[in-house]
Amino acid sequence: MSDEYKMTATTTAPVIEPGHTFASVTDKISSIVLTRPASNGWFLGFGIAFLATMMLLYAIGYLFIRGVGIWGITIPIGWGFAIVNFVWWIGIGHAGTLISAILLLLRQSWRNSINRFAEAMTLFAVSCAGLFPLLHVGRPWLAYWLFPYPSTMGVWPQFRSPLMWDVFAVSTYATISLLFWFMGLIPDFGTLRDRATNPWIRLVYGMLAMGWRGSARHWHRYETAYLLLAGLATPLVLSVHTVVSFDFAVGIVPGWHTTIFPPYFVAGAIYSGFAMVLMLAIPIRKIYGLEDFITSRHLQNSAKVMLATGLIVAYGYGIEAFMGWYSGESYDAFLLWNRLHGPYAPWYWSLLACNIFIPQLLWIRKLRTSPLALFLISFVILIGMWLERFIIVVVSLSRDFLNSSWGQYYPTRWDWMTYFGTIGMFLAAMFLFCRLLPMISIFEMRTLLPQAEGKAAEAAE
Amino acid sequence: MNDHKQSGDVCPSKRGKLNLDSVRAEIDKANGPEYWRSLEELAGNPEFQEALHREFPKGASEWVESVSRRGFLKVMGASMALAGMTGCVKLPLEPIIPYVRQPEDVIPGRPMFYASALTLGGYASPVIVESHLGRPTKIEGNPQHPASLGGTDIFAQASLLTMYDPDRSQSVTEMGDLRSWQSFVSAMRGPLNVQKALQGAGIRILTPTISSPALADQMRAFLKAYPQAKWHVWEPVNRDNVLEGAKLAFGQPVETRYDFSMADVIVSLDADFLYAGFPGNIRYIRDFAARRNPDGNMNRLYVIESGMSSTGAKADHRWGKRASEIQALARQLAENQFLNPPVGAKGIIGDIPGIAGPIVLDLNSHRGSSVVVAGDHQSPVVHALVHKINAALGNVGKTVFYTDPVDANPVNQTESIKELTADINSGKVDLLIILGGNPAYDAPADLDFANVLKSDKVPLRVHVGLYNNETAELCQWHVNQAHELETWGDARAYDGTVSIIQPLIAPLYNGKSALEFVSLLAAQENASGHDLVRDYWQKQHSGADFEQFWRNSLHDGWIEGTAFAPKSLQAKSENFSPAPTADPSAIEINIRRDPTIYDGQFSNNGWLQELPKPMNKLTWDNAIQLGPKMAERLQIASKDVLELEFNGKTVKGAAWIQAGLPDNSITVTLGYGRTRAGRVGTGYGFNAYQLRTSAALWGATGVQIRKTGDTYNLASVQGMQSMDTPDGGHRPLVRETTLTEYRKDPNFAFDEEASPTPGLSLYKPYDYKDEAYAWGMAIDLNKCVGCNNCMLACQSENNIAVVGKEQTEIGRHMHWIRVDAYYQGDRDNPKAFFQPVPCMQCEDAPCELVCPVGATNHSSEGLNDMVYNRCVGTRYCSNNCPYKVRRFNFFLFQDWTTPQYKMMRNPDVSVRSRGVMEKCTYCIQRITEHRIDAETASVRKEIKIKDGELQTACQQSCPANAIVFGNINDPESQVSKLKAKSLNYSLLGDLGTRPRTTYLAEVRNPNPELES
Repeated sequence: MSDEYKMTATTTAPVIEPGHTFASVTDKISSIVLTRPASNGWFLGFGIAFLATMMLLYAIGYLFIRGVGIWGITIPIGWGFAIVNFVWWIGIGHAGTLISAILLLLRQSWRNSINRFAEAMTLFAVSCAGLFPLLHVGRPWLAYWLFPYPSTMGVWPQFRSPLMWDVFAVSTYATISLLFWFMGLIPDFGTLRDRATNPWIRLVYGMLAMGWRGSARHWHRYETAYLLLAGLATPLVLSVHTVVSFDFAVGIVPGWHTTIFPPYFVAGAIYSGFAMVLMLAIPIRKIYGLEDFITSRHLQNSAKVMLATGLIVAYGYGIEAFMGWYSGESYDAFLLWNRLHGPYAPWYWSLLACNIFIPQLLWIRKLRTSPLALFLISFVILIGMWLERFIIVVVSLSRDFLNSSWGQYYPTRWDWMTYFGTIGMFLAAMFLFCRLLPMISIFEMRTLLPQAEGKAAEAAE
Repeated sequence: MNDHKQSGDVCPSKRGKLNLDSVRAEIDKANGPEYWRSLEELAGNPEFQEALHREFPKGASEWVESVSRRGFLKVMGASMALAGMTGCVKLPLEPIIPYVRQPEDVIPGRPMFYASALTLGGYASPVIVESHLGRPTKIEGNPQHPASLGGTDIFAQASLLTMYDPDRSQSVTEMGDLRSWQSFVSAMRGPLNVQKALQGAGIRILTPTISSPALADQMRAFLKAYPQAKWHVWEPVNRDNVLEGAKLAFGQPVETRYDFSMADVIVSLDADFLYAGFPGNIRYIRDFAARRNPDGNMNRLYVIESGMSSTGAKADHRWGKRASEIQALARQLAENQFLNPPVGAKGIIGDIPGIAGPIVLDLNSHRGSSVVVAGDHQSPVVHALVHKINAALGNVGKTVFYTDPVDANPVNQTESIKELTADINSGKVDLLIILGGNPAYDAPADLDFANVLKSDKVPLRVHVGLYNNETAELCQWHVNQAHELETWGDARAYDGTVSIIQPLIAPLYNGKSALEFVSLLAAQENASGHDLVRDYWQKQHSGADFEQFWRNSLHDGWIEGTAFAPKSLQAKSENFSPAPTADPSAIEINIRRDPTIYDGQFSNNGWLQELPKPMNKLTWDNAIQLGPKMAERLQIASKDVLELEFNGKTVKGAAWIQAGLPDNSITVTLGYGRTRAGRVGTGYGFNAYQLRTSAALWGATGVQIRKTGDTYNLASVQGMQSMDTPDGGHRPLVRETTLTEYRKDPNFAFDEEASPTPGLSLYKPYDYKDEAYAWGMAIDLNKCVGCNNCMLACQSENNIAVVGKEQTEIGRHMHWIRVDAYYQGDRDNPKAFFQPVPCMQCEDAPCELVCPVGATNHSSEGLNDMVYNRCVGTRYCSNNCPYKVRRFNFFLFQDWTTPQYKMMRNPDVSVRSRGVMEKCTYCIQRITEHRIDAETASVRKEIKIKDGELQTACQQSCPANAIVFGNINDPESQVSKLKAKSLNYSLLGDLGTRPRTTYLAEVRNPNPELES
């Protein structure tokens, strides 16, 4: 730990409460998985999330039988909830990668308490996101045509299309996220294997630990590989959402065709991602008594990240509005007017409230340290970021160039079922994750202890 | 033996014949096996022995030997070919009969074209029908026929779908039970014999308007056999007022015909003469549009109308007036006509200040080259006054002609059906034959015709019709009628020219035509329609070579010399007592034919139901239309459900606020609210017939309006009918100016921004100059009259699906070309514009760039091609299309199972499936067909498709000639010449899409006196 860190640690809340030892940290975290019985609350929560997942399967089944017409999409609004949700979920995933990769490289060791479940969140969010491009195509059984495979007909995808770039961006992202997450888990799998009493559980964790013995050579290779993966993942934090934003920026639709989209999308992604991290961390630390590990400092730091990215997003809105006026382009000027006064004006105003006005409360220290306030603000931000994608996708398409072709979008119950279904799937996966895997990185936590000063690599038993 | 050896490896059929003698010898001398498989074995044939002990035939061993590539390829090739052959030899179970000799003209895969005609309200629309191996698939106008000149109207286009409609009545029925035609014939024998003794005193035949000479002849033959029988006529959209007006003016019924090509000034008094349903509209549109050339001799159109019609939209000056006010205006025009010089100052004349004066001046300065037209629904007095005006202007014989009526039985139809009802009620009718039509649904409400039928006052009721409709339900017998595309017949066009109706296919459901039916009644024997028509015309033909005459008439589609000669008639100079004027404060109701489903006979036609009505773009429903002022006063919004009360009857319908309608006047259209239309048409809209009385067929005053508080969804396919955006901006989508302005600045439509700087694109532009063809289209907005015909022609040509009201409502209709209608200016009296929008075939197409699988690509001829098979359905292309011309199959919209529809489709165009994007292709199947023709006709010679011989479907059927398609690489082509005009502009050209479809800006010719 750097000196600088120590200095700040004394002035603000600590990243780990005092009084913990290597053993207590390990006990605390591994016991959640190994010894703590599943509570009724867990079963209830998991049950609800599981039912929602089943609802998703039902909605998908009906979709495959009937076609995408069951959704509210139409001409001119060819993309609706599916793309909105896709962008939203991908954005949420970004916080995980940012925390695990970028903060690692920047030696922000406070991240150690939250990186594990943030990465899990990324993985599950990307899984949810990855569903939508497949579901939203008219002929999903042919969706593999988007992949550049050597077809006997010699037909290749069309490489100029941003959707094509999406395929690469998202699949790379999903792969790296999975590898990163799994690699980070390996030392902890070793711990769990060693502590498990049930031979079957030991066997399972043993297999997952892939022969981890915690030797110095293992640690050396582990650290190198982890750092390399972090290095690989870092550009992805910026590139994935940049590519996603190209889906819109490359199009000529007013409200899409703008160069500010890449940074504005990345900032928005991190914004919503941290909101989701807080939405998950706050109840988890409460329920599992992890306040010692996920301290007020983590919450505050996350809140500050949200505040910063939120301001970048606000700047994006401002620039969009400014360019609408400054460019003198009548379509852009109308776009702005339409957002503020058109049929979707309530949605736009809600978006401004959720993403710009309400999050300004985070300037207040008292609210930053209140888990309940943070939870609520995070919820508002998540809604706001969903609305933002809705405004970009749907509202831009609803009134473009030819007045004769303007339309309105009315989401159907299938749209909602699919959306809530993915939330259910995400939560179900999170519930399982909490019970089956150490949701805080045990060995990395131990490096935060004062005892670990200067000898992080020896932390494993 | 040697023979055998040599032929050992050849296939058995080619092997030499078994030498029976040697075999016999072998058998005799050898002790062969007890059981033998063949004579060869019995004879101990060495080849057989070898084959028996070799596991594989001889050639097979070549595999293990060092592989000869050639051998391998040979075997592979052979097995591929054989695999293919197994597909060929699969024979159907049913016996099929091959062509012994192929019919002379039939080339499978190539369509045949036959001239025929389709009728609407008795008037023939001359057509050429495209037939693929005996299945009619497309209807085109007859380019040779003076009433068509190649154009069609929407009803003719859509009748193809009616012909194939699976909901059409498919059998003779008695009280709902299936019967054979023979049992009907024998069932009729008794009643007819009884009537024979009474001279047919109890027989009444009710027909729609009939112009067919042969059918009229049969009817007269029947009336001769049963002299006391009566022939009644009822057509809900009838021309009684025209007839009575002519009687007032001339003392006899005459048909009025116009020549708009010679008219410099046209005044329409509530006449929608540029829309389907007005007799002669196809020719009138052609003549009118030809005079909308700003570089030529441009005409001027004044329209004073009670509704908002597409004719009104084309007017240089239009005023919305209540229908009852138009009589006063006609009277003023008529009176002022005789003043010389006429009163021209503004504000002098009557209750319409400033209008009549300038019109009179304009008319007076165009004596002999002007036309005044009155609408069919205006009172007889207005018609008589208009005859007088035209006579006074010296137009008769120049632009206005009077001929014999086309109607073979020109009686007052309202009186006719009233008389019939009275006869029924007094018990005079024993046998009622309803020959087509649907009076139980569409007779005037005060006659209560449905209950009259139900009351059993007529012991025997027979209905002949295409559908088992509301009337069929109330008749004991129903005979399924054959469609005009299935039968022989004849009919007169608006100018009297007779077309022979040729069947394109044997009746799908064994229906009978009206002609066959009447001949059965008259003669009590079955006669074929062909013989009846032919015999009739043989009797009429005086010349020697009837066969030649007959063949020519069938080939050309009309009979030479049957057009009515103009009559010279003198209009009476009396003043015609005015019809009672309406109370100006009472709300007036106008009852009109529907622009798309007419009087209800097309209710079950999905193409027409989904065709947007020209001015409000509504589909699937009629609406109570009212003007903005009135709506504001009564606090009514579009889609509010209103209750109308009139003459004690109430009807509920949805409101629609229509720009341009006068205050205190509502307009409803007929044909909706059907209860037995079929699967497509039942249940949509409200039945306006319930408000229609025999005293006021087309409207009256005194209707009560109440808001019910409910709303009803109406499916309008146009998002916004204004080029102004709600933020106060304006988009120059349709560019327009006045003739005076145009002469001052001919380049007004030119847009600097629309020509992007070359070299800005990342991608090198393709050079089309080296290609033989570069396809392009020019649409002349001056000519387009918004008749929607292109939409249906495209739908029929390109197998476009009908999606239904619910899907249309949310914007999923599939039309590849649409006609946008925009209003501008004062909502009470707006300017209106039409803009047909097919795919623009952009050279820098935004859709192509974004498709991830490359399903939409550019061809070397500049077409933006859509590869359905490759499309995965991301809809990105549609999002990125600024013109929103792409259409997506959100569901399996096409009917893949109904056999009738399979027969109807154009075999040259793929039928799209679920999840696939589609759009206008510039009729690529036609391009390809013509290219093949041109190339095969000129092996190794550079002969190209000639300009004009290749037409897209929309272009071909456009009655206005507004759409021109061709090769823009050829500077001499018609389309190149149009594109070179200063009026040419690109829609949204500033986006840099470089569309191949461009528009010619609209120039109006307003009266300078009225402009200021």
